[in-house]
Amino acid sequence: MSTARGRQKAAFFILGFATLLVVLPIILTILYIVKNGFSAISWEFIAQSPRNGMRQGGIFPAIVGTIVLIIGTMIFSLPLGILSAIYLVEYAKDNAFTRLIKLSVVNLSGIPSIVYGLFGFTLFVLFLRLGTSILAGALTLSIMSLPVIITATKEALEAVPYSFREISFSLGATRWQTVRYCVLPYAIPGILTGTVLSLSRAAGETAPILFTVAAFYLPRLPRSVFDQVMVLPYHLYVISTQVPNMPTSISFATAVVLIALVFLMNLVSILLRAHFRKKKQW
Amino acid sequence: MHKRISEYIIETCIRLSGLVVIAFVFLIFLFLLKDSLSLFGVYPVNGFLLGIHWLPISEPPKFGIIPLFLGSLYVTFGAILICVPLGIASAMFIAEVAPPSLKHILKSLVEILASIPSVVLGFIGIIWLGPFLKTTFHLTTGMCGLTGSLLLAFMALPTIISISEDALVGVPKSFKEAAYGLGATRWQALWRIILPSASSGIFAGVMLGIGRVIGETMVVMMVTGNSPIIPTSILQPLRTLTATIAGEMGETVSGSEHYFALFAVGLVLFIITFIINFLAELFLQRTRR
Repeated sequence: MSTARGRQKAAFFILGFATLLVVLPIILTILYIVKNGFSAISWEFIAQSPRNGMRQGGIFPAIVGTIVLIIGTMIFSLPLGILSAIYLVEYAKDNAFTRLIKLSVVNLSGIPSIVYGLFGFTLFVLFLRLGTSILAGALTLSIMSLPVIITATKEALEAVPYSFREISFSLGATRWQTVRYCVLPYAIPGILTGTVLSLSRAAGETAPILFTVAAFYLPRLPRSVFDQVMVLPYHLYVISTQVPNMPTSISFATAVVLIALVFLMNLVSILLRAHFRKKKQW
Repeated sequence: MHKRISEYIIETCIRLSGLVVIAFVFLIFLFLLKDSLSLFGVYPVNGFLLGIHWLPISEPPKFGIIPLFLGSLYVTFGAILICVPLGIASAMFIAEVAPPSLKHILKSLVEILASIPSVVLGFIGIIWLGPFLKTTFHLTTGMCGLTGSLLLAFMALPTIISISEDALVGVPKSFKEAAYGLGATRWQALWRIILPSASSGIFAGVMLGIGRVIGETMVVMMVTGNSPIIPTSILQPLRTLTATIAGEMGETVSGSEHYFALFAVGLVLFIITFIINFLAELFLQRTRR
């Protein structure tokens, strides 16, 4: 018995050590970036355009570009993602067509981001003649976000008890009335949480926007959806690999702003979840 | 009557949106295939799949995918060696060993890791990890396969940990209780009963993690040295399939041989990740049953 206990102690110690090896670098990485970047962050850095080949000034156009791109992505991917999930959960019968949709969602979620970039470039930029533009970039990011939004919405819809639907049907409601009044209101929190999370992923992506929207250096704000924009992740890539003699403090500060933006969106998603969980009544 | 019409419209939209999802996958495949076939009209398929030289701007150009494929393979294999044992061990710790409060903190940290943009990790690789490995192992350059493997391992960890943890937690409580009833310790129950029962879910998590590693672009483009030659060691600069597309697409003329070659590389990536995700899904379905 004592050897079994001893073995358990040793095994749990190894598992704990492995977990430490995972967790410690995460904490150290965040601290390292924040420590080195925090001093370079100022009002000027956030609110001004880059100057002197991006070696001075701020990153305001890149922040605006990122936000515009996220909003554009949301406009396209949210309705489509939610409607597809409603179809899968509330309308679809268990047949070959439904299985094909589910397989497509799985496949979409696994396609490498650079392949989305290639696809967006040929379809939106060249074939549909949108050019390198906000529209092309947002559409590309939308398709990439679609599987995450569908999966999150599906889970949220499935979590609504089946009895809600039965009662609604028994009162003579149609399928759409049931979905609209008895299922969606209770699934909204889960849908929002998943959506914000997927958009925060999209905000940090670089590969899909490389050839569809990102501008190397464009220190002004976009005037229409057919404009190119600077985007934070691509800007960080550019200043850390393509610009010689770049002061590292600016790169660090850009990384801090990018991480802060992504974390802020995650925080929103966590708060939404907590807020709605309190209100949940079944 | 008005209600009927609006209901008809919205239901049509719902049905169509299901179709749109399928359409996207077919469109992506079709566009990749179309441009790949344009390459194979002027360049032999064998020369592409079996060629050992990737020299897109030499005269005549050579588009052999083997160096890039091996580059991806080296980096992926290195990452797997690191992230699979670490990921499964952490998942076991989080699921069965850690007390609830610690469990909550650990899971949040893993979620934080999942949300760090890849370009930030690439930046860390350039500014710290690469130089660190260079001085530690006395390399000629820190921008090599190993730097990429280490960073990619970290990118795959959240996927592996969260799916494995779900699988471990999903094992029926009665399995564990029966083991305890027979006098097993917590470790014996975890190692002999829970882990084997959760194996298909864990396998699915590992496959999805590998899928992420193969498809990751920015990190490998920034830290693996961008050298499209056949790598003989993971300590050498190399270049992956993904980094080749990202790095060269901006320099090609659309409609040129080189341009089509990059689409053919994209098609290869599409097929590889399709197979990996399909396998993972099969194993996930097995756990759900």
